Amino acid sequence: MGLATHDIRKHFGTIRANDGISFTIESGSLHGILGENGAGKSTLMKILSGFYEADSGEVDLDGETLDLRSPADAIKVGIGMLHQDPLVFLPFTVLDNFVLGSPGPQRLDRSDARAELERVSGELGFRFDSERLARDLTVGERQQLEITRLMWLGAKVLIFDEPTTGISATQRDQLFLTLRSLAENGLIVLFVSHKLEEVEELCDSVTVIRQGKVVFEAAMPITSEVLVEKMFGKVFVEEDRDPAPFGAPVLELSRVTIEEGTTHIEDLSLSCAAGEVVGLAGLEGSGQRTLLRACAGLLAPSSGLLSVDGNNLNKASYRDHLAAGVHYLPAGRLEEGLVEGISIAEHLVLTSEDTGFFINWDAADEAARQEIDDYSIKGRPSSPAEALSGGNQQRLLLAMIPDEVRLLLLEHPTRGLDVGSAAYVWQRLLERRSDGTSIVFSSADLDELLRYSDRIVVFFAGDVFAMRNVGETDGEELGHLIGGKVRG
Amino acid sequence: MEATLNSIIAAAAPLVIATMGETITEKSGVVNLSLEGSLRLSAMTGFVVAFWVGHALVGFGAAAIVGAAIAAIIASTSIRLKLNQIAVGFVLTLLAADLASFLGDSFVGERGPRVPALPIPILSDIPFVGKVFFDHDLVVYGSFLAIGVTWFVFYRTRAGLNLQGVGERPEGAFARGVKVNTLRFWYTVLGGAMVGIAGAAYSLDVKLGWRETLTLNLGWIALAIVIFGGWHPLRVAFGAYLFGALQVLAFQLQDVFPGLAQVLPIAPFPLMIIALVFVYSSGFRRIGDHFPRLRNLLGSEAPAAMGTVFERE
Amino acid sequence: MRVAAPTLVALSVALAFGVVLLILAGAPPFEALWLLVLGSFGSASKMAATLLAWSPLLLASAGLVITFSAGLWNIGVEGQIVVGAIVATWVARSLPGPVWVILPATIIAGAIGGLIWALLAGVLKTYGGVHEIFGGLGLDFVAAGLVVYLVLGPWQRTGQASTSGTNIFREEAWMPEFETFGTAWPVIPVALGLVSVFAVWLLLRGTRFGLRLKAVGRNPQSSFLLGIPTNRYMLGAFAIGGALAGIAGTVQVTAFHHKLVPAISGGYGFLGILVVLLAGFSAVWIAPIALFFVAISVGSTQLDLRLGLDSAFGGVFQGIIVLFVMIGGAWSASRGSFSQAVREEP
Repeated sequence: MGLATHDIRKHFGTIRANDGISFTIESGSLHGILGENGAGKSTLMKILSGFYEADSGEVDLDGETLDLRSPADAIKVGIGMLHQDPLVFLPFTVLDNFVLGSPGPQRLDRSDARAELERVSGELGFRFDSERLARDLTVGERQQLEITRLMWLGAKVLIFDEPTTGISATQRDQLFLTLRSLAENGLIVLFVSHKLEEVEELCDSVTVIRQGKVVFEAAMPITSEVLVEKMFGKVFVEEDRDPAPFGAPVLELSRVTIEEGTTHIEDLSLSCAAGEVVGLAGLEGSGQRTLLRACAGLLAPSSGLLSVDGNNLNKASYRDHLAAGVHYLPAGRLEEGLVEGISIAEHLVLTSEDTGFFINWDAADEAARQEIDDYSIKGRPSSPAEALSGGNQQRLLLAMIPDEVRLLLLEHPTRGLDVGSAAYVWQRLLERRSDGTSIVFSSADLDELLRYSDRIVVFFAGDVFAMRNVGETDGEELGHLIGGKVRG
Repeated sequence: MEATLNSIIAAAAPLVIATMGETITEKSGVVNLSLEGSLRLSAMTGFVVAFWVGHALVGFGAAAIVGAAIAAIIASTSIRLKLNQIAVGFVLTLLAADLASFLGDSFVGERGPRVPALPIPILSDIPFVGKVFFDHDLVVYGSFLAIGVTWFVFYRTRAGLNLQGVGERPEGAFARGVKVNTLRFWYTVLGGAMVGIAGAAYSLDVKLGWRETLTLNLGWIALAIVIFGGWHPLRVAFGAYLFGALQVLAFQLQDVFPGLAQVLPIAPFPLMIIALVFVYSSGFRRIGDHFPRLRNLLGSEAPAAMGTVFERE
Repeated sequence: MRVAAPTLVALSVALAFGVVLLILAGAPPFEALWLLVLGSFGSASKMAATLLAWSPLLLASAGLVITFSAGLWNIGVEGQIVVGAIVATWVARSLPGPVWVILPATIIAGAIGGLIWALLAGVLKTYGGVHEIFGGLGLDFVAAGLVVYLVLGPWQRTGQASTSGTNIFREEAWMPEFETFGTAWPVIPVALGLVSVFAVWLLLRGTRFGLRLKAVGRNPQSSFLLGIPTNRYMLGAFAIGGALAGIAGTVQVTAFHHKLVPAISGGYGFLGILVVLLAGFSAVWIAPIALFFVAISVGSTQLDLRLGLDSAFGGVFQGIIVLFVMIGGAWSASRGSFSQAVREEP
């Protein structure tokens, strides 16, 4: 009895996302699926839940071969998936979210459904106000709502795709408790993650996927060294740190309070000197983005003083921040950085300091060729942004940073990049640092934070939780701090 | 008074049917911008077919098919070819309107069959209410039915919840096993058919006969009313009746204040813009937070996925 | 030229559709199509009429290329033509002086009228949250009401108010024509139209302003972060589009009607949207497509005179062409070729 896949294949264009994946999972187990970003985990899970159709291969559940053409088929046989961003309907009530898509007579009996919601959520230890809007729930609560719904529909296999992204540590602990009890009750729980610690903490067995193939399968416990090697193919070597001498303070926050949605950063004092790198650690959505946005001038602090190079920028607009030498690079490269349908050369013209009315296209092409060379971008001056790979998009964004920048604000600068591109990005950033630019960046990667920061600010549950100089801390302590615990 | 209310309800009936149709379409995530053209072409077709056959009902059927066919073009080019719904809708607006003028030219001035009056026995004898609501014909009763059924389906049935889910977050609906594009297609076609029926109502009920200017600007007004109504069937219906009242008022006052009769027909649009600015203002939004029961009725957010294409991969 | 094949197929299908329609209407199809050609280019005076109609369409389309580039559906273009015509009429009626004073004055007046009307829609969008389609439609209605009010009220014809329009302007307010080959040629309107198409092409192709406008149209979020003041650029696009539409209004009153009439826009605003859709939102093909379309419009009046067909056939034919070319382009794109021109969302 259990879930098995045989030789699952799926390609997108020329990319083989799943290249012959086979594995078996026993009922009643909590099984981790590990792999770095882009390894093919999400594709596989979407195939299992019917969201994608596989090109070939088969899926068996309890000895029967399944015909999975749509999520409807998957739900019918009891496979439910919780997407990374829970697919709830924000303007609908909790109750309507619970009912939507469920079988039953056309006439909706909401009081009956409410009773069911209360019963199932009670069994799972969750509490909901059925009339609240999903928009007002935290990500953790939205997950609970989805779990409740999938259990109510009779799920036998539950897939969790990176479920700890964007939830607090308390919610994470509760989620893990829930997952364990679901597995104890005979369900198959698939826990997809690229976070080793979580898989180690939670799972009974693990499958490691790399480049669309299964590279490792075993029962836990397995040492993290082995898992890291299987995931990445090689073990990282810590590079020697080579900090630049600090100059005068560039960014100064003094008793700043910033509010955005559920995030509430209170009374923060922080400074970042010329040539200093400050890393922002924390689970996704713990307030790092809010701080970056405030420093960039996209969000006004409700109190306190924010200055760059001694100039008060409290009430200043985003464009004033730009003029003051602040440059912000958000995580969404094609959403909040580049423009689809506009070429590399055109992007560079948009950010060049030339202000003439007419564009000299020959010169622009030449300049673009220069930058392409300089930043080893794989593309031509006429290549549109969307035709570039993630790494090349990031290189283009780096090339677009003006020369005279005082403060660089970066959100997940290497997310989704391969090891080579990530190293390249940092090489360029460190050059900037040596020129006296201050850098503040957020990352989910502890390794990256420890390697490149001079100081690390840890966020937890929407506020700053701790600050550490990098020589005085290590990955283990950071891991605890991110989870809201002080090692003691 | 009774007579005035009676004529407002009768005058607004086709608009009610058309706006309900467009509300259904937009709730599913598709914008059928072609209403101005759809109404005119279906009014013409409905009239011509009824004129040939000598029976109004057949005309309504033909008009519904015309409206549905135009909607089907918008839905299928969006779903299959990923064409922009606004662009296709706009082209069809002009195309259908000119097609109506071209094909209907020789029928201008003819008189066709009409929808017979059908006071509902007993109910129509109730003082006041009977005269206002139950002394009408099938088109008007159809408009009541359209409001009631749309409201009921939206808020009291599974189909309605799925419909709203498809327009709000298609990936979410798809993950729950809802056939997103199939539903979008058929709800767009259904909405288009209702617009077609409304068109025929203008040439077979409100007026007897067809001319180019019969439905002039009413399609645009219907689109505006749907926004004004915040995609809620009851508020949309209220908007349609408000417009009906303006029309009747303009007609009744044209002898007394000739200037007013000129102004009233253009009044709805500026009124709608003012209403939109007001509705988007933050103060109005907060009302819904204080009265959760009224949230649907007061909300003014467009279905989040309106006008977009859903793709599985 | 990669779009040529599906476009040609689509055009032939549209033509076949038109022929079927003519047969259905009981007209001899090939005679009717020939009448379209004769009606628009059959004589010097018909050619002049076609060119005169071409000008406002060129102006409106050029303006629409700008607004589409900024990602805006400027459905208010009809109202902008109307208000341009109204302001130009006001100047033509009230400003004394010779033609070389009034001519530039009416052109500037039309531009200002259209610009203001477009900015109203722009402000409603950027600061009021009203989508430009509905703000624009609303302003179209208001402009239409305004022109009727003026024609029947304050500016009514001497003697009796009539929907046939105001008094004819005095001749100094007419746009001068150039007599040769036995007819009067609308040189100034055509020059205005062609110059604006060229200017728009240059603006989008060769200037920083145009590039930023394109960036704003395609991704306002990224553009804002790149430091482009997005609202200002959207308003700028409205202003330019509106000014060009307003000049189209000037041409309508001072070169064509020589008075203000209720249906002053001639439908060139909406027809311009069709032209720009067919041109794939680019300025390059505007001029020939617009000429083709006005030829159909002008020629189709002959169908009415000679065959007793409704002149709306022209509109039907134009609509079918745009629809089929859009579908054909998207269909071949979905088959893997790269002709994306018509399916790019503005």
